[in-house]
Amino acid sequence: MVENDRWGMLLAHLVLILGVAVVVFPVYVAIIASTHAPGTFLQGVMPLLPGSHGWENYRTIIFEGRSNAGAPPIGSMLWNSFVMAMMIAVGKIAISLLSAFAIVYFRFPGRIFFFWIIFVTLMLPVEVRIVPTYQVVANLHMLNTYAGLSIPLIASATATFLFRQFFMTVPEEMLEAARVDGAGPWKFFKDILVPLSVTNIAAMFVIMFIYGWNQYLWPLLITTDDSYYTIVMGIQRMVTGADSEPLWHLVMATVVLAALPPILVILFMQRLFVKGLTETEK
Amino acid sequence: MARIVMEALSKVYPGGVQAVSDVSLDIADGEMIVLVGPSGCGKSTLLRMVAGLERISSGTLSIGDRVVNDLEPAQRDIAMVFQNYALYPHMTVYNNLAYGLRNQGIARPEIDRRVQEAAGMLQIADYLDRKPRALSGGQRQRVAMGRALVREPAAFLFDEPLSNLDAKLRVQMRVEIRQLQKRLGTTSLYVTHDQLEALTMADRLVVLNGGRIEQVGTPMELYHRPETVFVAGFIGSPAMNMIDMAYLRDRGAAPGTLPTGTDLLGVRPDDLRLGDGDGLVLSGTVALLEPAGAESHVYVALDGSGQVVTVRVPGLPDVTEGGVLTLSAPLSALHPFNSASGRRVQ
Repeated sequence: MVENDRWGMLLAHLVLILGVAVVVFPVYVAIIASTHAPGTFLQGVMPLLPGSHGWENYRTIIFEGRSNAGAPPIGSMLWNSFVMAMMIAVGKIAISLLSAFAIVYFRFPGRIFFFWIIFVTLMLPVEVRIVPTYQVVANLHMLNTYAGLSIPLIASATATFLFRQFFMTVPEEMLEAARVDGAGPWKFFKDILVPLSVTNIAAMFVIMFIYGWNQYLWPLLITTDDSYYTIVMGIQRMVTGADSEPLWHLVMATVVLAALPPILVILFMQRLFVKGLTETEK
Repeated sequence: MARIVMEALSKVYPGGVQAVSDVSLDIADGEMIVLVGPSGCGKSTLLRMVAGLERISSGTLSIGDRVVNDLEPAQRDIAMVFQNYALYPHMTVYNNLAYGLRNQGIARPEIDRRVQEAAGMLQIADYLDRKPRALSGGQRQRVAMGRALVREPAAFLFDEPLSNLDAKLRVQMRVEIRQLQKRLGTTSLYVTHDQLEALTMADRLVVLNGGRIEQVGTPMELYHRPETVFVAGFIGSPAMNMIDMAYLRDRGAAPGTLPTGTDLLGVRPDDLRLGDGDGLVLSGTVALLEPAGAESHVYVALDGSGQVVTVRVPGLPDVTEGGVLTLSAPLSALHPFNSASGRRVQ
C-alpha cells in the first residue's frame, strides 16, 4: 500500500475521478438533454444545465408517444421489455438449475456429451444464429408474441455452467445426509440445492434480466406489431421518426426511462448479487 | 435396535479396485463395534455399504433380520453421523433435526417432542433457532449427533465423527458418545483411524487392512494377543517393537522356548524393563529420552543392528542419551510371529 505517499494518493484519486467522470458524463448529458425544448439540439450547442421542458417531454413520451412516427407511448414498451426480461431471466434460471442438476448429480449415458453440447452453445451468441432462429420462430407462428421474444434467448450455457460449478462445490456428504434423511432427488433439489443456490440465483437473475432488457436486434426482427415493441428498440424508432429531424429531447427522455429498471434491479439485489459472485455459504 | 449381520461382503469399484473383500461380521444388538485401520483400508467403504451409500458388490447384509442389500439408506432404519457433519447450512438447528422426520411423514407434535428430547440430551436446546454457521465445531458435532438421535434408528453409523475437533473436545465427545450409546443401547458401528478412540470406545474392535478383516475382538484381546503382525503394530502406542530372530541368534541372545516357525519377535514398549533379567535380553545405547509427564519413552539403538526399540517407563528414568543400557522382557510378554505369513505362531 502507498499509505504515506501523498502524491500517489492524489494520482490514484485523480485517475478514479477521471474514470467516474468518463462514465457519468454521458448519462448526465442524457438527463440534461431530456429536459430541453425541441429546437435546442439543432442549434449545435450542447447545454450542460437543466432546461425547463422536463415535465413536458416526459409527459409526451409516456402518454402520447409519437404515434404518427411509429413509436407508441412508452408505457406499453416498458411493460413488454419487462415481460421479456422477466421471462428470459426466470426461464434461464429454471432451465439452467435443472440441467446443471442433471449433469452434476445423475449418471446417464452421454452425460459428458450433453455437457459439451451445452457448453459449445456458449460460442453461438444470438447474432450468429439469428437467421435460422428467425426461421424456426416464424414456422412456429411465434412472431409478435412474448414467447417468440423470450424462448429463443432462454437456452443458456453461461447459467448452466455457473450452476454446475456451484453444485460441484456442494460437499458430497450433503447429498448423502439427505439420502439418509429420506430425501429423493427432487426433494434434495428443492429443499437443499435450490436454497443453497439463492445467492447464485440472485446474481444470475440480475445478469439475465439486464441481458434480456438490453436485447435489441432480436425484438427488432420478430416484432412488427407495435403492441409488442420493446423499449430498447423503441429508442431506435424515436430516432428514425418519419421524415422529420430526430427529436433528441424525446429520445433522451426515453433513454433515461429505459435505463431505470435495470438500475432498480441492481439496487434492490445488489447485496445478494455481490454475495453470489464472491462467497459461497457452506 | 437390531443385530447387524454381514456375510462375505465385498466391494469392487468399476475400475477393478477391490475396496472390501469377504468381510463377515455378526454384530449383536446394542453392541458398539469400532472399525479401525489405516487410511485406505476400506473401513469407511464398509460403513457406507452398511449405510446404503455404496452398492454392495457381493455378499449379504442384514439389519434386524431383514436383508437390506438393495434398500435405499432411508429405508434401512439407520442414522449416520458424518465426518464433516454435513449439516444443512440454510436450515436452523431445529430444522436440521426435523428434516428427516418430516420426510418420513411423522406428525408435527411427535417431531417436536423428539427434537426437544434430543436437544435436551445433547445440551443444544438453546441453539435450536440458530443456523449451523453460528455454532462452534463442538456444537455442530452435537447437532450432527442429534440428527441421528431423533430418528430413533436401529443402528447408528459414525464415520470418523471426531476427527474435525481439537484434542480436548475429542476426548470429551468420545466419552459423551459412549455414554449416550450405552444409555440408549443402540447398535453402533463406529469408524476411526485413531487407535486410542478405538480402544476406549469399542465393545469389540475390528481391525481392517487392505479391505480384509485382520482381527476381531475386545480391545484387551487385541492388545494382549494380536493375531497378526499388522494388528500388533497398529494397536498400542507407542507401537510394538519387532525384533528379527536372526539378529538375536547372531548375538546368541535368542530366548530358548519359542514356538517353531518364529522369526519375528514382538515386544511392547511397556513390557521392556531397564536392566538385566530373564527371557529376552537386549543391549544398546540410548538414542533419545522423551519425557511425557507420568511416563517416559526411551529410544534405544540396539548393538550390532542399530535398530531402535522403544521402552516405556514410569516417571523419569536415570539414563543419559548416549549411555549404554541393558533391556529385558519376560518370556510371557513376547509375541512370536512368522514374517512370511504375517501371523502369530501358536
